[in-house]
Amino acid sequence: MIALRITSDPKLLSIVRAMVGQLCDLLDYPPPEQRKIVLAVDEACANIIKHTYKGDRTQGIEILCKAEDDLLEIVLQDYGPPLDLDGIRPRDLAEIRPGGLGTHFIRNVMDEVNYAHKDGGGNTLRMVKRFPNTSSKE
Amino acid sequence: MGKDLIDVHTRSAKDAVVIDVKGQVDLFSSPKLRTAILAAVNTPQLTRVAINLSEVSYMDSSGIASLVEGLQHARGKKLLLVLFGLQQGPREVLELARLDKIFTIRPTELEALADQ
Repeated sequence: MIALRITSDPKLLSIVRAMVGQLCDLLDYPPPEQRKIVLAVDEACANIIKHTYKGDRTQGIEILCKAEDDLLEIVLQDYGPPLDLDGIRPRDLAEIRPGGLGTHFIRNVMDEVNYAHKDGGGNTLRMVKRFPNTSSKE
Repeated sequence: MGKDLIDVHTRSAKDAVVIDVKGQVDLFSSPKLRTAILAAVNTPQLTRVAINLSEVSYMDSSGIASLVEGLQHARGKKLLLVLFGLQQGPREVLELARLDKIFTIRPTELEALADQ
């Protein structure tokens, strides 16, 4: 299990990417898969910063990574209000316009994506990626 | 405080502007790229804007959004916006967004500045 806690400062996303990239390398994901998993986690953190915390750089985000059996589970925990899911819905890719791609990337890359809001406050995004050679998205 | 994740430099080349980008383009750094692209697109008497991505190791959706916004402005001004030198990572992200066929992409600066 790896746990990383950052404040919601976009500058710290490079640290999240480095950590996730190194973990994926240790787990022997091929480089293209490593890059995609890193992208998905980065986009998910960026969504929290933009949509949950509305750009407030002082809030908390926890990134929990667990490699077990044949899958990598990455859980992002924030402490904000319930997410407006309409605001982050993946857009129609036929539309050529800026924005709306982050959620598309997350859903395209990960094998499972689940979102939950906690009664006591905060949101949990759970993403699962099966290990190399067991993924159904290849 | 601290260093930027990207360096962005703009230079003139014939009737074009070339934007050299170096580093990682993400939520933090993409505004710098966006500003440079929009400034370049608004330069008078240009025929094209070429964006050198050969030293960009990472690009997320906010970087892609900056490129798309630049493309839209360029089209509005009847300019050609060309990307060149893409590394594997940014190319994969464009493909994931199904934008690799929307942008004009060339391997080298020479080809990016050559007549179409």
